[in-house]
Amino acid sequence: LPQGTDVYVGKHRSALLRAGRGLAALRARLQQLTQVIALPATSIAAALADRVPDGQLGPDARRHLKSSLGYEITFSLLNPDPKSHDVDWDIEGAVGRYVQPVLDKLSVVANFSVDSQILYYAVLGVTPRFDKESSSFLLSAHSLPHVINPVEARLGSSAASLYPVLNFLLYVPERSHSPLYIQDKDGAPVPTNAFHSPRWGGIMIYNVEAPASPQASLPLHVDVDMVRVMEVFLAQLRLLFGISREELPPEFQVESPGNEGLADWELDRLLWAHTVENIATVATTLTSLAQLLDQISNIVIKDDVASEVYHAVASVQDAMAELAEGRLRSAFQASKEAVTSSERAFFDPSLLHLLYFPDDQKFAIYIPLFLPMAVPILLSLAKILREARQRKKEPSKID
Amino acid sequence: VCTSRFWFNYRHVANTLSVYRSVKRLGIPDSHIVLMLADDMACNPRNPKPATVFSHKNMELNVYGDDVEVDYRSYEVTVENFLRVLTGRIPPSTPRSKRLLSDDRSNILIYMTGHGGNGFLKFQDSEEITNVELADAFEQMWQKRRYNELLFIIDTCQGASMYERFYSPNIMALASSQVGEDSLSHQPDLGIGVHLMDRYTFYVLEFLEEIHPASQTNMNDLFQVCPKSLCVSTPGHRTDLFQRDPQNVLITDFFGSVRKVEITTETISLDRDLTVFENEFPKDELATEPLKYADQLPVAQIIHQKPKQKDWHPPGGFILGLWALIIMVFFKTYGIKHMKHIF
Repeated sequence: LPQGTDVYVGKHRSALLRAGRGLAALRARLQQLTQVIALPATSIAAALADRVPDGQLGPDARRHLKSSLGYEITFSLLNPDPKSHDVDWDIEGAVGRYVQPVLDKLSVVANFSVDSQILYYAVLGVTPRFDKESSSFLLSAHSLPHVINPVEARLGSSAASLYPVLNFLLYVPERSHSPLYIQDKDGAPVPTNAFHSPRWGGIMIYNVEAPASPQASLPLHVDVDMVRVMEVFLAQLRLLFGISREELPPEFQVESPGNEGLADWELDRLLWAHTVENIATVATTLTSLAQLLDQISNIVIKDDVASEVYHAVASVQDAMAELAEGRLRSAFQASKEAVTSSERAFFDPSLLHLLYFPDDQKFAIYIPLFLPMAVPILLSLAKILREARQRKKEPSKID
Repeated sequence: VCTSRFWFNYRHVANTLSVYRSVKRLGIPDSHIVLMLADDMACNPRNPKPATVFSHKNMELNVYGDDVEVDYRSYEVTVENFLRVLTGRIPPSTPRSKRLLSDDRSNILIYMTGHGGNGFLKFQDSEEITNVELADAFEQMWQKRRYNELLFIIDTCQGASMYERFYSPNIMALASSQVGEDSLSHQPDLGIGVHLMDRYTFYVLEFLEEIHPASQTNMNDLFQVCPKSLCVSTPGHRTDLFQRDPQNVLITDFFGSVRKVEITTETISLDRDLTVFENEFPKDELATEPLKYADQLPVAQIIHQKPKQKDWHPPGGFILGLWALIIMVFFKTYGIKHMKHIF
């Protein structure tokens, strides 16, 4: 192990540690290691974020993507100035070489589908400032939130599937605004020149070098360096899912997972968090469905809705049993099935309840119908009773 | 949501389109807006200026424009569809633009306008939605965590009755008038011949015109809009279910869209010279035939088991008592002896 590193975590599921003499030091190191690798309490709390009242969780709790059956990833190239830049990106090749291995590894978690598009004349909603010292344009960190919305309308995410969409945008600034850098809060330009928005996606700015001679013919042909771009996009993908390296203590070093994008133990953590989240979701869904049926007694449950509910309950019990035994993959599969069944049962279109009759409306409808009919009946009843009483008296008289 | 039909309810469509326009101006894209208009005013045969809907007299502002995306139009605006959108119980064939795909971090703004009364809102002149149904729908949204915070604005007569029954957390409500009061319209336009806008929405819009995406105005200012002197009715609001203090809630939390953004500081390193390599996990190559059309139908859902034989139960309860009463009176009045004459 190199100097200064005490723990080296491998990419499959092993780690090398160096500890001082004595068991106490070893135990402390091991504790640190398990905290890093295994699922910490904060992750579980984040997974159960819906059920925990607000205020107990930090602002980070709801950053990560919710567990879903599938995700749709869209890569977009934004070229606001096609007259100056003729941008070419080999997205298919890049997806096949760099993105597909990561998605293959993540295929246990969900189905992923990838598409890409090129948008021309798409501008950012904010104008960058010109900075004389570096003779470049700067976008400050607090103007970044306003960049996304003007572009979102043109992204066409509403035509995509019903799965959550992750957008990765590559923006090539106009000739008049080149080079463009993102400034973080301290005023330094960000090395990756990219930012991301939780549960939405990420944007990276790709600066094109100015041509050597001012008489170079426009439009300049630009071949995008896909490796640099994909490194940032895949890192953003990891961050969106909640896999980040930030919480590592300084003596730790983690082996780079290479083209697969994430280590086995990181995948395990993700699966675990998603399984917990799925189980919690199923529990609340079925409970609220039961509460709904208690409140509204005239909802009819169809047979297939009932069978989905039974299936969901059985799957959740399976998932919890498998999780207790540590069989992560099968627990995750069971929890996925449970979520699918419970969502299908809860969101079945036939469960819509529209019939609320307040009591005064019920009176208002039935009284005009029954009162006129009831009046002669009640009077006749009264007459019958009177006659019956009279007859009772008469036989006693005759006798 | 605009719930009124017919030409003389032009102002309700203009109200809704004006709010739509403000919300889009402040940054919310169409994919995040569900717009329901119960009638078409712009292309109505009685519209002297076709393809326009104006919100101010002297025709200063055409709120119809050319990028209005109406998701539910005309007869599709029903109580059932509205509740389906809110609760998510939508048939699977519904397109994405007609769904409310919100999650537990979404703030939702619901604006409804039309004719209403004490505890109900009239839809299409033929049905109503009651405040209890609305409260139940919100509760179901809360159970499924379909919203983080919800702002409900209603501009109808006796609008405050619609928010009386809410019981789910994180809901803030505003109404244009109290129970027993009518909301009035703003001004007629002599060229078009109808009232163009309602007062409350008119002043809310004036207020919103001064908001820009980065503004820091909070909800308390929105509560002050349209005092009784201008509005004639008394606008009301309800914040007891809301967890944050309205002072700290920005208008742009609901009307605009400011996203949380983080700077990407990590990168991963990729092997540059990697040609396409053999996957470690061999993909299962099953030779599957393309699905036949019949296989794609959810047959099990369409054809249930044989319908159970409905056993005949003798009538019970109220109906039984009623019939018994009627028959007894009948026989008593006419007497058994005379039966053979009657039948």
